[in-house]
Amino acid sequence: MSAPSRVWDTLQSNRAGRLARARSVLGAALDGKAVPGARIKDLLHNVLECGDRVCLEGNNQKQADFLGKALAGLDPDRINNLHMLQSVLALPEHLDVFERGIASKLDFSFSGPQAARVAKLVASGQLNIGAIHTYLELFSRYFIDLPPRVCLVAAEAADRHGNLYTGPNTEDTPPIVEATAFKNGIVIVQVNRIMDVLPRVDIPGDWVDFVVCSPEPYYIEPLFTRDPALISEIQVLMAMMAIKGIYAEYGVERLNHGIGFDTAAIELLLPTYAESLGLRGKIARHWALNPHPALIPAIEAGFVESVHSFGSELGMEDYIRARPDVFAVGPDGSMRSNRAMCQAAGHYACDMFIGSTLQIDLQGNSSTATLGRIAGFGGAPNMGADARGRRHASPAWLKAGRQAREGRNTIPRGQKLVVQIVETFREHMQPAFVDRLDAWELAEQAGFEIPPVMIYGDDVTHILTEEGIANLLLCRSDEEREQAIRGVAGYTPVGMARDKRMVENLRDRGIIVRAEDLGVDKRLATRDLLAARNMKDLVRASGGLYSPPRRFRNW
Amino acid sequence: METLTYRFENGTRALPPQPRVVGVVGSGNLEVLIESMPQGGACTVEIKTAAAGFGATWQAVMLDFHERWQLMDASIAINDMGATPAVVSLRLDQAVETMLGALS
Repeated sequence: MSAPSRVWDTLQSNRAGRLARARSVLGAALDGKAVPGARIKDLLHNVLECGDRVCLEGNNQKQADFLGKALAGLDPDRINNLHMLQSVLALPEHLDVFERGIASKLDFSFSGPQAARVAKLVASGQLNIGAIHTYLELFSRYFIDLPPRVCLVAAEAADRHGNLYTGPNTEDTPPIVEATAFKNGIVIVQVNRIMDVLPRVDIPGDWVDFVVCSPEPYYIEPLFTRDPALISEIQVLMAMMAIKGIYAEYGVERLNHGIGFDTAAIELLLPTYAESLGLRGKIARHWALNPHPALIPAIEAGFVESVHSFGSELGMEDYIRARPDVFAVGPDGSMRSNRAMCQAAGHYACDMFIGSTLQIDLQGNSSTATLGRIAGFGGAPNMGADARGRRHASPAWLKAGRQAREGRNTIPRGQKLVVQIVETFREHMQPAFVDRLDAWELAEQAGFEIPPVMIYGDDVTHILTEEGIANLLLCRSDEEREQAIRGVAGYTPVGMARDKRMVENLRDRGIIVRAEDLGVDKRLATRDLLAARNMKDLVRASGGLYSPPRRFRNW
Repeated sequence: METLTYRFENGTRALPPQPRVVGVVGSGNLEVLIESMPQGGACTVEIKTAAAGFGATWQAVMLDFHERWQLMDASIAINDMGATPAVVSLRLDQAVETMLGALS
């Protein structure tokens, strides 16, 4: 008796079955690839199967909200146990699918606005987290062990062949669609409009199965817009130290800024403080960065030569169009962002990452995990990691590598500058420096195998607080490292427990540097030093091209 | 409101005669009045703070301040509305640097 030979095209057959079901149910309502919005649930009930891996576009900015709502409104008796793959959990319906029993498992990267609800659903057993990832890591798994069976994405426009224009907010769409299409999955897209001729083709129609014109344009979150009016003096002081003590010191030309007011302050000090130090053309020339409105003055002043972006920022479209030398503007005149490529660029082609955090421990491990909130990491683990595969040299990379390896018997190598910038006390006098990260307790609570750490201490090269800069590259023992951290931890319990003599010694050796040592004049550390002090200043700096979203119009 | 007072002896740095006010009494902020005053060489600090219970932190901040500046015959009055130690130290340094008219 011979064994039955293996069938090798199960995915193709299964895909054909789903498409046939959809065509049968939709009948004449299906016009080529176009599905009427009113029939979206019929489509989803028939192309989805229980237990499917479904990738829904919740990006940092762009949300496939029409499809997300439809998914959350399905009949859980017909479709359940879906395994959601998603960059960002941004909207309530992203959690409704779990509450309603439509989905049960999740692999994701970031959940900021929904972090508390994620924690609750994990605790109640309705949400089983596979793993929390950094973006590029998650996209990578789409091509290995987590290929989406169905993806629900958003685009600006489609033509009648299903070609897509994703425009400035291209974001995560390319790897999601490619991974789905090339594993015989089903690609469903919501678009703002159908056009005869697209401005350009971002995704080929061959890869797209169904197009739905949504009643409202897809939602875009202005996640990276920071009102300069909210920047504090301490943030100005820290920004001055960053510019003089790190950017100038290492000659940082290529960089990424993590999200937040601390880095916005640095962006707004380039045309003023950095200019006064003669640094234009020497630092901050090439950026892996979303189109931050706070970067406008630095662009106008000639600091910024190029920016490649992960996504676009609501209100910046016209300004970007008018600055094609700077941004990633295509032959059609509009930008294309690409989170996967920008994350790769931030990892390999940048010499420095600088960002803020919530907690740092005595080894320099940095975490934003707090009890009762499962927020995830976003791009920071990737941007804030030494790129061990990197081989090309730059002055900043070589200098950091030399500082780390001086006096040790190792082969020469460069190292990426990874800077954590944080005030010693957060709101409600919560210390940012702790003996033990909340991440340990959160791991126990949520059943993680290891504590969720955003940036490992091994990769952190500098910690910058209002008290100064600790250069961990120059530390040669765990004890030196611990005291260097205590030496910038201010009046927190961690800071107060410092060995004063050791800290003085570290200062003498240049491992700890205070503002005075850098020649930073504290009398200049006021909001007057900011190139723009409010949203109106940013609009003015852009020549009226920047159009802030409604919530930021406070004049 | 809590009132805290400190006195540091053996200062070495004298201040010019003109009193100064730095900062504002706003949430998370503080006002510092600094003036030259003959007190046998001592530097005195009186703090009125809206945030009670932080005596130990104020003590540490003021000790470090005195170690930095070693002011003599100086009187400092602080009206604090819950500023963090970072803001307090910055404001005090700004006050002295403004007084002395020097670059740090």
